Amino acid sequence: MQEQTFVIKGVKDGLLISLSPTEQWLAMTTDLAAHIDQRSAFFAGARIIIDVGNRPVPRHELSSLKALLERRELTLWAVLSESSTTVDSANALDLRTSAGSIVPGRTTVEEATEINPEENGITGVLIRRTLRSGRIVHSSGHVVVYGDVNPGAEIVAIGDVIVWGRLRGKVHAGAEGDEKSVVCALDMIPTQLRIGGYIVTSPADKRHKPRPEVASVRNNQIIVEAWT
Amino acid sequence: MGMGGKVVTVTSGKGGVGKTTATANLGAALARMGKSVVVIDADIGLRNLDVVMGLENRIVYDLVDVVEGRCKLRQAMIKHKQFPELYLIPAAQTRDKTAVSPADMIQLTDKLRPELDFILIDSPAGIERGFRNAVAPADEVLIVTNPEVSAVRDADRIIGLLEAENKGPGRLILNRVKMDMVRRGEMMSADDVTDILAISLIGIVPEDENVVPASNSGIPVTLNENSRAGQAFRNIARRLNGEIVPFMQLDEGGGFFQKLVRLFAGGNGQ
Repeated sequence: MQEQTFVIKGVKDGLLISLSPTEQWLAMTTDLAAHIDQRSAFFAGARIIIDVGNRPVPRHELSSLKALLERRELTLWAVLSESSTTVDSANALDLRTSAGSIVPGRTTVEEATEINPEENGITGVLIRRTLRSGRIVHSSGHVVVYGDVNPGAEIVAIGDVIVWGRLRGKVHAGAEGDEKSVVCALDMIPTQLRIGGYIVTSPADKRHKPRPEVASVRNNQIIVEAWT
Repeated sequence: MGMGGKVVTVTSGKGGVGKTTATANLGAALARMGKSVVVIDADIGLRNLDVVMGLENRIVYDLVDVVEGRCKLRQAMIKHKQFPELYLIPAAQTRDKTAVSPADMIQLTDKLRPELDFILIDSPAGIERGFRNAVAPADEVLIVTNPEVSAVRDADRIIGLLEAENKGPGRLILNRVKMDMVRRGEMMSADDVTDILAISLIGIVPEDENVVPASNSGIPVTLNENSRAGQAFRNIARRLNGEIVPFMQLDEGGGFFQKLVRLFAGGNGQ
């Protein structure tokens, strides 16, 4: 695959396309058009912000880019540049030259578009299937299972364990000693449940109405209570 | 699936749940329906499909002989006494599972597909080489289990392995169900089992005293018109053939109507 001469990012106001300030303009915009055509479903109807860095873009070039986008049913909403030539061209075409918090210049752009999935904490893994007997999952973060955890399956996580399904296997949350870790399940009947250094098993009477529950450590023991 | 016949592997994880009985009976039931069938015993070193099918005394060549080129495929196919379109390829008794590879099994079944409607493979217990050999060529996998926690646990493990091989999830044969025990809450019900395994049932086979003598005499129980287990296998064979067959009412005297009667009679449901 050839090196991309542009970078596309989703921002609050639309899609930000950062064009290389040094690449040959025509080739680059042709590449961009091809890229958009390949992913028309992704781009459909999007509002576009173009960042050209310090490149001076004359009016006719900017105008043809605008037309190129419009032919693909995309709106050129703003053009960001440190070049006064580009800003003049944008003004002449009645385009914005600033977009909300985004100001021209690559570093600021990075900062504005960086999305931290978890502000301060450890990351997790999502398992989109039922864990069957014999499957053992070890995670250095949280574990989310979209499915059941069957008897004979086992999850060991440094963080929390969330099961969007029936938890019937073994589970150990806070495996490195974090007793603030929790275990949640839509139906909680684990073979064995551990949080940090604490350990419990499920009561022997299996007949119960499934309900979402949360297990956590309180007063030096594991408490399982209804999720509300 | 390739051209021609369908390759169906019968497996379980745990031993002794009735894989071989199921394979022999499905083979016989399909042959009885007029299908051309070969059953392959993939349990090398511990063969017994030949005994259950009453063909032990006719063995000259076996699966390993075919794979290693000591005989032609046709020479190792033993024709059944009653059904001219039912064949057995027996396992070798003197070798072990490593004598055959998954690729060998794919090659073998590809040769059989154009000539037969069904190729049934009896898998050995366990999850090692023999299991992988048996599953490699499968178009469909049938998992046999009993309504016992340990057997269900192993079946679950097997289903997980099948899913990982893109052979899953397969369909379930719940074998040796005793309805009176289920009713007393002493045995897992079909619902209890499918609740854990989350795969579709292709059949429920009731416990039946006719099964053991039938296996001992080499005449699969499905050929006994009066056997309930035999009826269950005939139904599974039809479902395997793509027919829609309602599940048998196993719950003798415990059906919905009887429950209603008991309810109005003030009985306790026993």
